[in-house]
Amino acid sequence: MESSRRSFLKIAGISALGLGAKPVLDVFASTEEHTEALKPETRKGEDVLKAKRWALVIDTRKFESEEDLKPMIEACHKIHNVPKLENKRHEIKWIWTEEFKHTFPTQEHEFLDDRVKHLLFLTLCNHCEKPACVRVCPTKATFKREDGIVLMDFHRCIGCRFCMAACPYGSRSFNFRDPRPFIEERNPKFPTRMKGVVEKCNFCVERLAVGELPACVEASNGALTCGDLDDPKSEVRELLRSNFTIRRKPALGTGPSVFYIV
Amino acid sequence: MPNNKKMYDKGKVVAGLIIFGVLITFPLWYNHLKVAPAPEPKLVGKAAKAGQECIEPKSFMKAEHMLVLDIWRDTVVRSAKRVYVNESGKEFEMSLTNTCLDCHTEKAEFCDKCHNYALVLPYCWDCHIDPKEKM
Ligand code: HEC
Ligand code: HEC
Ligand code: HEC
Repeated sequence: MESSRRSFLKIAGISALGLGAKPVLDVFASTEEHTEALKPETRKGEDVLKAKRWALVIDTRKFESEEDLKPMIEACHKIHNVPKLENKRHEIKWIWTEEFKHTFPTQEHEFLDDRVKHLLFLTLCNHCEKPACVRVCPTKATFKREDGIVLMDFHRCIGCRFCMAACPYGSRSFNFRDPRPFIEERNPKFPTRMKGVVEKCNFCVERLAVGELPACVEASNGALTCGDLDDPKSEVRELLRSNFTIRRKPALGTGPSVFYIV
Repeated sequence: MPNNKKMYDKGKVVAGLIIFGVLITFPLWYNHLKVAPAPEPKLVGKAAKAGQECIEPKSFMKAEHMLVLDIWRDTVVRSAKRVYVNESGKEFEMSLTNTCLDCHTEKAEFCDKCHNYALVLPYCWDCHIDPKEKM
């Protein structure tokens, strides 16, 4: 009697488990069915501008004063909804200006010629060949694309700011505050950012995708040239061949893709 | 051990138990009297025009639009592809604001109504812009 009751309970228990598991199995079966239903075909747009390794050449001889640099900064910051925060510690910048001694600190000496001493230089993310920011990012939010552009996936950024510590050029800004109230005129086509994420220049990937040059290049009146560093016939290679150019902090080995004709 | 089966303050204890039982089950019977009806997402704006179709069949979108958006953002940002081709060969730019909201122009009446009912609070709009919304 005692033993048959035990076995009855065992069988009852196992059956109950089996019944309970069915809805769970159903859920798994149905999710599989759904994901199978979506066989997305995705591709690049027809007008996309391609390169093996994007690079930018800045001809600083064509600039005389800060006024000459403003249109490029404004064009960039406007289309990307970059907020204007007056507090230096909260400032967000994708492209900005620096003096010679801060742009090329190892080249600075007290007998610099007057032009260079007083000139401001355009600075932006260098889209390095060996980007330090990519190495330190714990979530792979910052990554290097096949075409050399160092991009941020804002959906993955957790705001740890390791990338800011790693970048030797100060190219990255952190959103200490909600940026939206500080955007003068928003561009609805491009997302803003939110409090707690890092941001920087994206080489206008959204423009390259539809066949447009980066906004700063377009606004530069020919002072900025971008193109494929891997293509010996490209315009940037032609400029690099025929002019002496320097890069920022080359000794660090990051391999910047932004070149300056001084 | 004294066999003391007498219950002290029986009346108060039982009344207290009944009140406790009523209070703790309050949400259950309250909601049974008044079940909030599921909102029927209203098609307004451009999507409401005759002959419009979503990017995938409606039943699929209803259940899986979050998966679509997840694939879209990864494909755009990480794989640098921006064009989506659906089953019937129609092409769309993969963009939350520039595509989904271009048809579903009334986000508040469409996406939000459904999400509020289901208590889903996508954080996408912290960055992605609803052109209708004042900042
Ligand atoms: C070309 C216009 C168009 C675009 C673009 C579009 N939709 Fe739709 N969507 C519609 C229409 C029309 C319906 C109604 C379909 C029907 O009733 O058969 C619909 C239905 C839906 C539904 C189901 C609503 C319900 O009644 O349950 C969801 C969810 C949805 N869309 C989300 C999206 C999302 C997310 C995107 C972007 C990825 C998107 N739609 C892009 C036109 C569009
Ligand atoms: C028919 C109702 C319905 C409509 C209409 C609808 N959604 Fe949703 N949406 C849901 C539900 C329910 C979930 C949660 C699903 C889950 O958690 O599995 C969801 C989840 C999401 C998510 C994921 C949120 C997260 O935190 O994971 C996104 C993004 C999203 N919806 C976007 C949209 C957009 C954009 C529209 C309008 C174009 C829209 N939805 C319209 C019902 C709807
Ligand atoms: C921290 C800001 C931020 C948040 C939060 C965010 N995104 Fe994005 N998202 C971006 C940026 C920036 C891009 C890049 C736009 C580009 O390159 O055109 C982008 C691109 C996308 C794209 C492709 C391009 C486009 O125009 O839509 C999709 C789809 C997308 N995100 C979906 C989502 C969804 C769904 C959510 C919420 C679950 C979300 N995003 C939350 C900032 C954000």
